[in-house]
Amino acid sequence: MRIFDRDLWSEVFSTLTKNLLRTTLTTLGVIFAIIILFLLLGATTGMKNGFDKVFAGTATNSMFMWTQVTSMPYEGFKKGRDIDFNLDDVELIKRKVEEVDVIAPRIQLGDFRGTTTVLRNGQTSGSSVYGDFPEIDQISKKRLVEGRFLNINDLKETKKVCVIGLDAYKLLFDKGENAIGEYIQINGVYFAVVGIYKKPKSINFDGENAIYVPFSTFQKAFNSGNEVGWLSISVKEGKTVKAAETKIKKLLKAKYKIHPDDPRAIGSFDFSQIFTGISVFTTALQFFSFFVGMFTLLAGVISVSNILLITVKERTNEIGIRRALGATPKIIKKQIILESIVLTTFAGLIGFVISVAILYFIDYKYAGKGDFPFDNPIINFTQLIITFILMVGLSVLIGMIPARRAVKIKPIDALREE
Amino acid sequence: MLKINKLHKSYPIGDSSLHVLKGIDLSVESGEMVAIMGSSGSGKSTLLNIIGMLDEADEGEYILDNVPIKNLTEKKAAIYRNKFLGFIFQSFNLINYKNAIENVALPLYYQGLKRKERLEKGLFHLEKVGLKDWAHHLPNELSGGQKQRVAIARALAANPKLLLADEPTGALDTKTSYEIMEFIQSLNDEGKTILMVTHEEDIANMCKRIVRLKDGVIMEDTFVEQVRASQYV
Repeated sequence: MRIFDRDLWSEVFSTLTKNLLRTTLTTLGVIFAIIILFLLLGATTGMKNGFDKVFAGTATNSMFMWTQVTSMPYEGFKKGRDIDFNLDDVELIKRKVEEVDVIAPRIQLGDFRGTTTVLRNGQTSGSSVYGDFPEIDQISKKRLVEGRFLNINDLKETKKVCVIGLDAYKLLFDKGENAIGEYIQINGVYFAVVGIYKKPKSINFDGENAIYVPFSTFQKAFNSGNEVGWLSISVKEGKTVKAAETKIKKLLKAKYKIHPDDPRAIGSFDFSQIFTGISVFTTALQFFSFFVGMFTLLAGVISVSNILLITVKERTNEIGIRRALGATPKIIKKQIILESIVLTTFAGLIGFVISVAILYFIDYKYAGKGDFPFDNPIINFTQLIITFILMVGLSVLIGMIPARRAVKIKPIDALREE
Repeated sequence: MLKINKLHKSYPIGDSSLHVLKGIDLSVESGEMVAIMGSSGSGKSTLLNIIGMLDEADEGEYILDNVPIKNLTEKKAAIYRNKFLGFIFQSFNLINYKNAIENVALPLYYQGLKRKERLEKGLFHLEKVGLKDWAHHLPNELSGGQKQRVAIARALAANPKLLLADEPTGALDTKTSYEIMEFIQSLNDEGKTILMVTHEEDIANMCKRIVRLKDGVIMEDTFVEQVRASQYV
């Protein structure tokens, strides 16, 4: 007895098509279950992709670190002491903490989150002005509309150049006016504009009303010495931000004689934690979707089994004839289980096609539009395979119920039934 | 061919049980044509079912073609039925969504024959019952007599040693009954062993031996002068 037996299949087919309306209604349960499952999975994937897009351009394995005031007395120092990072700390970290991949120190004119008045041809803007290293672009990507970002030569030669945000451009220049090569005045010092950037669609802390100048130029022009405002740090592939964070803090606390348990003196923000949080959230959501979908599917498959029980009852006489003619219980069982598989798989395929169509429509209509993080809702291959394996597995298991019922009927009783 | 010794069978009815067969002894030789007669409740159908391995005896011995039939698993019973026995039923018991040739070829399917071979053999047997031209008709497109002939072709398909007929003419009019009987007689002439249950005297007289059952025991077992059905047709 082979599976690929034309007669076996034709018998399965003829039983299922005998009462087409009933068969169709039965498959509805499975079709809906598959649609629900795939839509849930697709939506979750869409959400995950949406979040990924939000984080795109921001190294998710990165952190910020800044200084505050000490909150604990230590080695003769009173609490409330001001701590400031400087460029030597950056070198120290680079040397001692192997986890660190890129470290970009930054200094801001005025206070943190403060703005500076920038002048040009009588137009003014209140912008944030940062002294930056080119490395910052590796941690927080900028989308340049025109020109270029700061480079290593700007830094080496302490060039008086700057990259401005789109908002700053709008405030300082007329619409359509060329900005590249033009000068703007910051605290009495003139800087030539070399680039204009647009904020990425993803997470962004700087906004578009900001101006970046080379760190070295900043030091010289605004007399900031070796001082550093805060550090943007990314860690190497395979290392955790947490580990780097702990090491750096330990290192700097020792250097500045800060109490090792002082929670306040050095502040930091681990970017990877949000990312991990969201990734755990979407994974949990995915799992939940699968869970809900599977139970819906189970309900659908049970309804298939239910109908097969009815058809077995209807076909009692026929089964009796077959038994009398020499059909072994195995053959009878096989046929009914095959009916269960065919019905379920067929319904599953229909559900799959419908849900893919719906997901395609949703993607076409809504993805990437608006602020809601939702993009490219798809069902991946693994999910598809797992679903179909589970579906066939369930249909076999559930198909056993009517199959066993069928072979339990004695041929003699089956024949007597008219 | 067939040997039965002290066969007992009872059916539970509620708390008590109904003793249907009370020690049947019967032996049938190859090439015989036996009618089993009796009023309803005499146990004739039960006896036929046990012989057909559709039911099992409680007690006693049953040997078919030197094979003791005892404690059969469902699988084994199915294989034996397929190999040894051909069934003809009162209500034909054709599968209504299969056409004539598919019905005839069904036992061959369970023997594991290839489709082409099955259909060839099926057609051969249909031709034998004179229904070659009806091979692709569904049972509901056939008359009662034609249905029974398809059923006979099906019973013959697996080339069984023994044909069991349960009131084969019960659902047919007299004329068609005689036609069917004429055909069954011709099968017997070719050497097939036939066992049939009937309650019609004229049909029984067309067999070569009549076994009369009453209340679960054999009352009478006589060889008779066979009446040829052809004279009525």
